[in-house]
Amino acid sequence: MRQFLVFVQKEFYHIFRDRWTTLILLVLPIVMIILFGFGITTEIRNTKFAVYDPSRDIATQGIVNKLETSEYFSLDRYVTSPNEIEPLFRDGEIGFVVVLGENFYENLLHTGNAKIQLIADGTDPNTASTLTSYATILLSSYQQELTGTAGGTIPYQIKTEVRLLYNPSLKSAYNIVPGIMGMILMLICALMTSVSIAREKELGTMELLLVSPMKPILIILSKLVPYFTISIINYITILLLSVFVLKVPIAGSLVLLSALSLLFIFVSLSIGILISSLVEKQIVALLISGMILMMPAVFLSGLMFPIESMPVVLQWISHILPVKWFIIAVRNVMIKGLGFSSIIREVLILTGMAAVIITLSLKKFKYRLE
Amino acid sequence: MTLSGSNIKAVVCTDVCKSYEKVPALRNISFTVEQGEIFGVIGPDGAGKSTLFRVLTTLLLADSGTASVEGMNVVKGYKEIRKNVGYMPGRFSLYQDLTVEENLKIFATLFHTTIEENYYLIKDIYSQIEPFKTRRAGALSGGMKQKLALSCALIHKPSILFLDEPTTGIDPVSRKELWEMLRKLKSQGITIVVSTPYMDEASLCDRIALIRDGEFMKIDTPKGIISGFRKELWAVRGSNMSALIGHLREVDGVVTCFAFGDNHHITVDNTILTKEILRSRLEEKGHNEIIIEKIEAGIEDCFMELANR
Repeated sequence: MRQFLVFVQKEFYHIFRDRWTTLILLVLPIVMIILFGFGITTEIRNTKFAVYDPSRDIATQGIVNKLETSEYFSLDRYVTSPNEIEPLFRDGEIGFVVVLGENFYENLLHTGNAKIQLIADGTDPNTASTLTSYATILLSSYQQELTGTAGGTIPYQIKTEVRLLYNPSLKSAYNIVPGIMGMILMLICALMTSVSIAREKELGTMELLLVSPMKPILIILSKLVPYFTISIINYITILLLSVFVLKVPIAGSLVLLSALSLLFIFVSLSIGILISSLVEKQIVALLISGMILMMPAVFLSGLMFPIESMPVVLQWISHILPVKWFIIAVRNVMIKGLGFSSIIREVLILTGMAAVIITLSLKKFKYRLE
Repeated sequence: MTLSGSNIKAVVCTDVCKSYEKVPALRNISFTVEQGEIFGVIGPDGAGKSTLFRVLTTLLLADSGTASVEGMNVVKGYKEIRKNVGYMPGRFSLYQDLTVEENLKIFATLFHTTIEENYYLIKDIYSQIEPFKTRRAGALSGGMKQKLALSCALIHKPSILFLDEPTTGIDPVSRKELWEMLRKLKSQGITIVVSTPYMDEASLCDRIALIRDGEFMKIDTPKGIISGFRKELWAVRGSNMSALIGHLREVDGVVTCFAFGDNHHITVDNTILTKEILRSRLEEKGHNEIIIEKIEAGIEDCFMELANR
C-alpha cells in the first residue's frame, strides 16, 4: 500500500512540476467553457437591422418597434430605396433587412394580405436562419397583439408559432455544456493517461519499473489515480461554471449526473490504458488520442453539428464513440431533467464499452518489453 | 536466499538466440558467471550487449536457448528474478523531473525498503551526490547521473547487478570512480555483470566476454585473452598518419593494420618482414620521422584479431 501511495505521489509530482501539464489539466477546462459559452456562440444579441418602409404607418411602426425593443436586434437605419439594400450587406454591418410592402396597414386591415420580406446574408446560413427565425417569432407575436387590439375586424389568420423546447431562449450554452464536459473528461482521462504511460516507456523508466517486485497493474493504477482526481475536480469546475456563469441549471438529479460522469471517466481511463499498451512513444499516444478520439468526438458527437444531418457512414462511426452516448445522456439528465429510465440505453452502452476495453487492455498489457 | 558462496552459478546462459524481425541480435550465446565475480561483456555499439542484458533481466524473451539467474529460469522464474537483481539500463532512465532524493526514495519503495535501511550499501556512492539531493535528476552532470542510477539499482541490496554500459558518456575521472565502486561492491559479495564498449576497462573485470555481431568470440580472464594473442605486433608512427595507414596495408608481410590513437598497430608475418625493410619501404613512399616498435598486445588488439578471423 505504501508502495502504491508513493507512486501516486510521484505521479502528482510529474503533473505539477511541468507547468504546461498543470495548465492544460486545470485551466483548459475553464478556458474552454468560457470560450464556447460566450465567445463561440450562435446566440443572437443586438444584431443590427435596416428597414425599407414605403408605408410609414402605425402597423409598420409597430413592427419596427417590436423588433427594436427586443434584446436581439437594434435598428441601424431606414433605407429609402430597395437599391440601397445590397450595399449594406456588402459592408457587412447589418444582419438583415426588413422590407415592408406599400400601404401596409391598409392591406392588413382590408385584404389581410400585407407583405413583409426578411432579407439576410445567406453566405452564413446558420446565422441567417437563426436571425430570420427570431424575427419571425417577433413578427407573429406582434400580429397576435394586433389581433387583440383590433378586435374582430381582422379576418382569421394562420399564425406560425415556434416553441423551442428545453432551451426557450435558444441559449447555445445548453448545447455546449454537455459537449465540453465530454471533451474535457475524454482529454484528461484518455489523452493524459496514455501519454503519461507512454512517457515511462519512451524514457526507459518502464524498463526499470518492470525489473522490480511491483505488480505492473499497480504501476498502471497508480497512474490513474491522479488523472481520476483531476477529472473529478474538472467535473465540479465545469458544473459550477455552467450553473453560475453560463446560467445553465441542472434540471435533473445531481447524483445521477455524477454517477453518469463517473462511468464515463472510467471508460475514458480504460481507453487511455488501451492506447498506452499499444504504443511506445508519447507523440504516437498523443496523435492517436487526438486524431482518433478528440477530433471525431468534436465533430461526430453532435457537439457542433447535428448527427442527423451527417452522411449515414459517419452516423455509424459516431455510434462507437463513447462521448456521443455520454453527451446524449448528460443532455437528458442535466438539461431536460429526465430520470434514470431515460438514459438506460446510454448507460448500458457505456458499461459495455468499459467492459470490452478493460478486457482488451488487460490482454494487451505487456509485462516484458515486447 | 541466494548467497555468495553457495554453489549456484550467478548466471547460466545456454545457446541463447534472439532476433529482431529478421536481424539476429544474439547468436548462440553460452556462458556462466560465478558468484561474486565481475564479468565484463565487451564489444562495440550494436553488438547485442543490451539485448543480452534484457534477456537476463527478464525484459525480453529469447527466441531459443535457456538462461537462469541465481538458479532461476528467466522465463518461468521472472517474478523471483525481478526481486533479486539490480538493473541499470544503458540509457539514463530515472525521472528527470524528480529530485535526486525522490528518485532514490521511489526505487527504495519499489523494492519494499527504505533509503535508511540500506544506506550503508550506497554510502560511498551516494555521499558524493548527496549535497545535490534536492536538485532535479535532469540537471545533474553525466557522471552524477550514473552514480545516482547505480545508487537506485543498489538500494534494495540485490545479490547480482546488471550494469549496461555504466561508463558510456561520462568523464574519465567519473569512470575511474565508478570502477572503484564496482570493486568495493564485489568485495561485499555482489556479483556484477557489466557491459562496456571501452576495451581499456576490460582489465578491471575478473573475466570478460568479447562480443561482436551478437556472438561471443572469446570468454576468458583479461590476461588469458591477451596471452592468447600470438602474432607479432608492432606500433608504427610517422609524420603523415592518414597516408601511412594506406601505405602500410600495401606492404607485403603486413597482415592487418588498424589505427589505435597515436599509433597504427600492425600484425606482421615476421618471416618475410623486418623493421628495417618496413622502414625503407615507407621511406620510399615519402614518409619520415618513422618510429616502429614491437609492443605487447592489448584487449583491443585481441578483439580486432578475433574479429578478423
